Amino acid sequence: MSDTTDLKRTPLFETHIASKAKMVDFGGWHMPVQYSGIIEEHNAVRTGVGLFDVSHMGEIEVRGPQALDLVNYVATNNAAKLKPWQAHYSALLYEHGGTVDDILVHRLPNGDMFLCVNASNQEKDFDHIKSVVAGKKFDAEVDLASSRYAQIAVQGPKGLATLQKLTQTNLSEIKYYWFTDGAVSKTPARIARTGYTGEDGFEIYIAPSEAPRLWNELLKAGEEFGIKPCGLGARNTLRLEAAMALYGHELTASINPLEANLVWIVKMDKGDFVGRTALEKIQNAGLTRTLVGFEMKERGIGRDGYEVWVDGKTAGWVTSGGPSPTLNKNIGLCYVPTAKAQPGQSIQVIIRNSPVEAVTVPTPFYKRAKA
Amino acid sequence: MSYPENLKYTKEHEWVLLEGDTGTIGITDHAQSELGDIVFVDLPKVGATITKGSSFGSVESVKAVSDIYAPVSGAVTAINDALGTAPETLNSDPHGAAWLIKVKLSNTAETAELLSAADYQKYLGE
Repeated sequence: MSDTTDLKRTPLFETHIASKAKMVDFGGWHMPVQYSGIIEEHNAVRTGVGLFDVSHMGEIEVRGPQALDLVNYVATNNAAKLKPWQAHYSALLYEHGGTVDDILVHRLPNGDMFLCVNASNQEKDFDHIKSVVAGKKFDAEVDLASSRYAQIAVQGPKGLATLQKLTQTNLSEIKYYWFTDGAVSKTPARIARTGYTGEDGFEIYIAPSEAPRLWNELLKAGEEFGIKPCGLGARNTLRLEAAMALYGHELTASINPLEANLVWIVKMDKGDFVGRTALEKIQNAGLTRTLVGFEMKERGIGRDGYEVWVDGKTAGWVTSGGPSPTLNKNIGLCYVPTAKAQPGQSIQVIIRNSPVEAVTVPTPFYKRAKA
Repeated sequence: MSYPENLKYTKEHEWVLLEGDTGTIGITDHAQSELGDIVFVDLPKVGATITKGSSFGSVESVKAVSDIYAPVSGAVTAINDALGTAPETLNSDPHGAAWLIKVKLSNTAETAELLSAADYQKYLGE
């Protein structure tokens, strides 16, 4: 095994090691990729409940009278539309329109804003925000707060029943993409009904020192529902079925959110924001490439980075791909020329130098039944 | 999981069972454990030639694809068709039912470079 001593650890590192999780280097973090097996963990989340350590994710707090204005200037979605205790998905862009990161924005009742950002992007995001607001005179301070939070995701149809055993907060009153501050097992917790699995569930933000105790209590609370601790492997297959973007794959510094089918988080009419001018130009000129879902028609799995052909010519690349445990198909996301981005388009994925037949399909691949 | 003494091993985590000039080739328990849930196996056709040290196929798990390297050179005489419909056998019985291919060895001298079960386990421990 390669040297892992320089990798960052979450407060649950010892817990993962003690439970014999298989550990990997994930963007500089030493994280569990699986416990019992990716398929078993994946199925637990789709049918019962799974527990994820997502403490590697970063938190940025924006505080002060103009916190909302600042966030609205640096992020693409319209934060002014958020009610107190509501959250939404958004993106940070460069002036050229490429993506710095995709983030969750939470609005607190006192006007402060709480951002959840990707683990390996957190310092970059923080520096980016500081640099684009420099000289803008927003009456707000920006604080990289990651070291004050551990984050645990409780995901799946039995996520609510599991977490409810450990909190007085009536979880069924929290709507999807809303949150509240309460307590879980007597420790202060920010409880958000959000997730990255395509399933109902909660993401809870707690003090790092409390994470190991809460982790074990949640596992016990979920025992009757067959709860499984889950690693990043299942997190990836789950989010892929839900066609949720993963930074570094569907979104990068050279990909804008319009190409990634995220026009719904880009609010051009809300006023100026970083990247707006570039996106306007891109929109007027018309997109050249668009993200689409695909299914393999022949044997083979299209993996991240594999070339995609349309009409016998190189036309794009796979951004994420793999087997779908829920659908029992090999699925993926890829960029193709926008003119070829309708569902039903025949494409070929180049797998070990051979073109293998696939077809574009609507996304998400999996959508949970409404409760 | 133990490593049978009657098999020979490679540092790329393949095993080979030698019987006369026939070699039966598979991947080791360590390999399947590192890959996780195996969902797809890509193997050569009967009659194909494989060359020691070169990739002759691949094994895909949920999370990754991994090349399989030939522990010996030879001509493929049989492939394990059962893996086409039940690739997960590679996780449950990697040293037995989930053999990959059989070959007729073209150079039996190559087998001298293979590792014994004890040496392979020592290599894994390093």
